[in-house]
Amino acid sequence: MTRVIKYVFYDILRTRFILLYTAFLLLSTLAMFQLDTDTGKVILSLMNIVLMVVPLVSIVFSTIHFYNSYEFIELMLSQPVNRRVVFLGEYFAVAISLCFSFTIGVGVPVVFYDTGASGFTLLYTGLMLTLVFVSMAFLSSVLTRDKAKAIGVALLFWFYFSLIYDGLLMWIIYSFMDYPLEKVTLALVSLNPVDLARILMLLQLDISALMGYTGAFYKDFFGSSLGLIFSSVILMLWIVLPVWGALRIFKRKDL
Amino acid sequence: MISVKELKKRFGKLEALKEVSAEFTSGKSYALIGPNGSGKTTLIKSVLGMVIPTSGEIWVDGENVRNHWSYREKIGYMPQIGRYPDNMRIGQLLDMMKNIRKNPPILDEELIEAFKLEQMLDKRMHTLSGGTRQKVSAALAFLFNPPVLFLDEPTAGLDPVSVEILKDKILKEKEAGKLLIITSHIMSDLDDLATEVLYLQEGLIRYNDTIAELKDITGEQRLGKAMAKMIRSLEKSRQVAIGN
Repeated sequence: MTRVIKYVFYDILRTRFILLYTAFLLLSTLAMFQLDTDTGKVILSLMNIVLMVVPLVSIVFSTIHFYNSYEFIELMLSQPVNRRVVFLGEYFAVAISLCFSFTIGVGVPVVFYDTGASGFTLLYTGLMLTLVFVSMAFLSSVLTRDKAKAIGVALLFWFYFSLIYDGLLMWIIYSFMDYPLEKVTLALVSLNPVDLARILMLLQLDISALMGYTGAFYKDFFGSSLGLIFSSVILMLWIVLPVWGALRIFKRKDL
Repeated sequence: MISVKELKKRFGKLEALKEVSAEFTSGKSYALIGPNGSGKTTLIKSVLGMVIPTSGEIWVDGENVRNHWSYREKIGYMPQIGRYPDNMRIGQLLDMMKNIRKNPPILDEELIEAFKLEQMLDKRMHTLSGGTRQKVSAALAFLFNPPVLFLDEPTAGLDPVSVEILKDKILKEKEAGKLLIITSHIMSDLDDLATEVLYLQEGLIRYNDTIAELKDITGEQRLGKAMAKMIRSLEKSRQVAIGN
């Protein structure tokens, strides 16, 4: 496995995209710290990057990378190498590179400016979201042979979890506002990794008081260690399940 | 060495292999012949595990290949269209393949020398011409000295000198007692290289015997003529069967 990871790693470094992405994250994070001295506000601005840009870049880059490594995958599979090793090697190499970019680009300034617990939550959710969207990208890549279609599916995933899902959630909450919805919304939020990450972040920033009773309920739940374990487990499932499904499809795929 | 039992493969509606059963024994050289789209490459890729059969079994050296992968170290594969990572250099590619195969001590670098590939080691794969790519494919297939060789249209796109180099190499390996499976549309090449013929048409094996036998029953001296005669007689008997 390490051999495959090594070669995929070389390939990723050669395209230089990952370096650009790191530079972009580093520059924008530093710029935000320069613009504002209130670290709470900076973290709030960075949260928007983490919730929108990181998933988008992760899913699009991973999908394009998978299709660009088709030759490599084909070559490996004509050699005495296990299919699972090839697939997971690709996955780990892409995931590690993107996480590395995020850690350098956002993590280093955040630690440097000493933002405390909210900074660590930002890092944690950012890394988790990176992994979730790399997983989804691999799933959309094995679903079809066509690169354009796979990128379309990947973008659809992103739109759905970043924009459409929230709209649906709002609609449900408005339609049933006469009923107690705390537990229902909690369940619905778990179905969207981006929302889960957003709530984890907002609770850290102490603006949950603005959300009224629901905010208090969330604070009570996610603030507890049980809530933290719950959200971590749900995010882990969002990482593992798509990869597992993708691996199952890949094992039976014709090349 | 390799036995294929009732192999079937569908790609959606297309039945690439309808039912193929065949035995390939070491020391023999098989010519896989058939029209475009008759399932030659699908058959080879199925044995390599790159295509997953719909049903049927494939055994290599007494091992069922389904969900296995280590048997592939016994096979050298030269694809019809060699596709390699674009921004890799030839040297890096060779090193990578050696590394993936855990750096075996004995390497067969005859073709690398004969094709003068060591002078181009730092050329990137996407800058190579079709013929040079084909040379790299050939060099890789023979590099690890495997007991089985799959050559999918090995001479297509090569210049006349290189064709002769490759043919000499194939003959040498044949004499060394290896199992060779070669597809080609150039009958004169196969006449020199192969001893057995498998004629595949629409996913079925229509003929499977030695070249000598084929020449004998058709009364022709050359494989090309003999094949043409055999195919015509197959067509005729099929028309008669439909007519009845």
